[in-house]
Amino acid sequence: MALQAARSRMEPTDPATITLPAGGKWITGVRKAAKARLVAMGLPGRRDEYWKYTRPDALIAPEPARAPLLTTDEKPVFDQVDRLKLVFVDGKLDLAASDPLAMAEIEIETLPNGAKRDLHWAQGMFGALEARGQNPVPRPLAALNTTLAEEGLLIRVTGVAPRPICLHYVRENPDADAMVRHLIRLEPGASLTLLENGPAAARLNAVTEVDIADGAAFHHIRTQGRDHARQAATHLFASLGKGSEFKSFTLTVNGILTRNECVIDLTGDDASATVSGASVGDGDFHQDDTVFVTHQGANCASRQVFKKVLRNGATGVFQGKILVEPTAQKTDGYQISQGLLLDEDSQFLAKPELEIYADDVACSHGSTVGAIDETALFYLTSRGIPRNLAQDMLVLAFLAEALGEIGDAGIRADIQARLEGWIERHRA
Amino acid sequence: MLDIKNLAVKLNDEDKQILNGVDLTIGAGQVHAIMGPNGSGKSTLSYVLSGKDGYAVTGGSATLDDADLLELDPEERAAMGLFLAFQYPVEIPGVGNMTFLRTAVNSQRKARNEAELTAAEFLKIIREKAKSLKIDAEMLKRPVNVGFSGGEKKRNEILQMAMLEPRMCILDETDSGLDVDAMKLVAEGVNALRAPDRSFLVITHYQRLLDHIRPDVVHIMAEGRIVKSGGPELALEVEENGYADLLAEVA
Repeated sequence: MALQAARSRMEPTDPATITLPAGGKWITGVRKAAKARLVAMGLPGRRDEYWKYTRPDALIAPEPARAPLLTTDEKPVFDQVDRLKLVFVDGKLDLAASDPLAMAEIEIETLPNGAKRDLHWAQGMFGALEARGQNPVPRPLAALNTTLAEEGLLIRVTGVAPRPICLHYVRENPDADAMVRHLIRLEPGASLTLLENGPAAARLNAVTEVDIADGAAFHHIRTQGRDHARQAATHLFASLGKGSEFKSFTLTVNGILTRNECVIDLTGDDASATVSGASVGDGDFHQDDTVFVTHQGANCASRQVFKKVLRNGATGVFQGKILVEPTAQKTDGYQISQGLLLDEDSQFLAKPELEIYADDVACSHGSTVGAIDETALFYLTSRGIPRNLAQDMLVLAFLAEALGEIGDAGIRADIQARLEGWIERHRA
Repeated sequence: MLDIKNLAVKLNDEDKQILNGVDLTIGAGQVHAIMGPNGSGKSTLSYVLSGKDGYAVTGGSATLDDADLLELDPEERAAMGLFLAFQYPVEIPGVGNMTFLRTAVNSQRKARNEAELTAAEFLKIIREKAKSLKIDAEMLKRPVNVGFSGGEKKRNEILQMAMLEPRMCILDETDSGLDVDAMKLVAEGVNALRAPDRSFLVITHYQRLLDHIRPDVVHIMAEGRIVKSGGPELALEVEENGYADLLAEVA
């Protein structure tokens, strides 16, 4: 990607020529292995089945991307939340603008500092979930991230985190690429809420690995930033131990190209994972949720809930898979993906997949695409509600199931208010 | 109040005439009932009056207090005081009943240049009205009509009517799907709203509802027009002899 072009370090079309970042200790071996994976799988191409609905070209093009900075006097989301706020400017942690890197029950360190140590708790974990997540489907942009990312955080949670950690991404350079990498380890019984907001970069490659030990809980709420010309490829890899919990919600508003991949392995028994998203897009908006949930442990539950509102030629993509291995008896899997098209120019492309090798499981899935329900619209207008307001109500109602996956009522109300604002600004 | 003259209506999508010249005048404070066999055009009349898409008016007029209803959008008709209680109330997942009602009440108030109700004012009024219809707080919180029984849906229609205080109320087969007790409750709700400046058009198949909501005038509709009008005794005649005899007599 252009990150390398900017540094004149690689021909993006040939991963074999990548030069690894200098100065790392234990991490150098991880980077070498990732590079070998990347060379073996190659960069994504238009003919790759996994990139059928989203063209990867712009994400790997050598030219740096440009995206004008959005100016708004809106308060950033999560501002009302009592949190440990860490500010990234153009993909780099800005210590001066951030809260001190310290909180009870948490060890937190920057990736560049952690990478320089001879020994580190992250050793053996960093890159492991990404490597495992390359099967059965290759995810070259994640391997590229492991190979090259030099910015991000290493977070180890040893107990119940007293406050959420909020990663607040700010852009100052209108044409900067950024590559960000986080590793989060939750020890047995620990819990953490991670909030992420902001656009991060004109073009972002972000990978987060979350290793969740037995009985631990990880909650994640992310909003991706309204700068319309920005592009992003994100990967979230999670591994769940026995009786652990994972919940992730993403709001995507605007963006000409967003690919969010989420790879979840339920390795222990009795674990539960939910990944959900609401997205709203207008015009050349293109947003792709690609999810892969693997059930290995018995008696686990997983939910995928995705809702996309599209207008004026916008495109929404969903590729979601539930793989149930023979050991995963009593699996309860649920997957719903729905597109609401506000006109005939927009499209929603969905590929729901179930692959089940255990015989005692319940998996339900549904995928729908449709327009505003005229019967409901008439009912509302017949009560005196103006047509445009009635339509807004139905759009929000459509998104409600996804928003319902946000556990915190205050954050849910804030995100709902932002969606209302968008819907009002983007009326026909 | 409501004046319908020679109203002719066809379906938009196909060449099918449904109403063939309906004449109907309802004065202030009156209750009129329309009865008639299936497919006679009763529900179509209620939809055309309230502004549903899919119909083309091919002739005639419909006015509410001299304003041309057919020119107005559904929300404008509602703000003028027209209300349709649906035969099949629509389920709207994701929209809370309370939010829906408050938005409706305040949209109408705004359209009439009246002050909108605050949340507290609204809550006070709706609690009182819901209570008399045996609608509990739980039902108000749930999404509009979702998971409601048939009786609950119809009671919810009457609650909307009570909150919106329309002048011209059309009840489209409000008795369908109701047991005797539920029908009584709904009828009581309607009767409580009867007033000198409020009129009702009650569409029904059965005379039974009219035992509870006493009409001033009963009309028989067949093949898209009103073929006979009379007093409450006309409904009893239908109940005893069915439509066939009546229609044979008219023809």
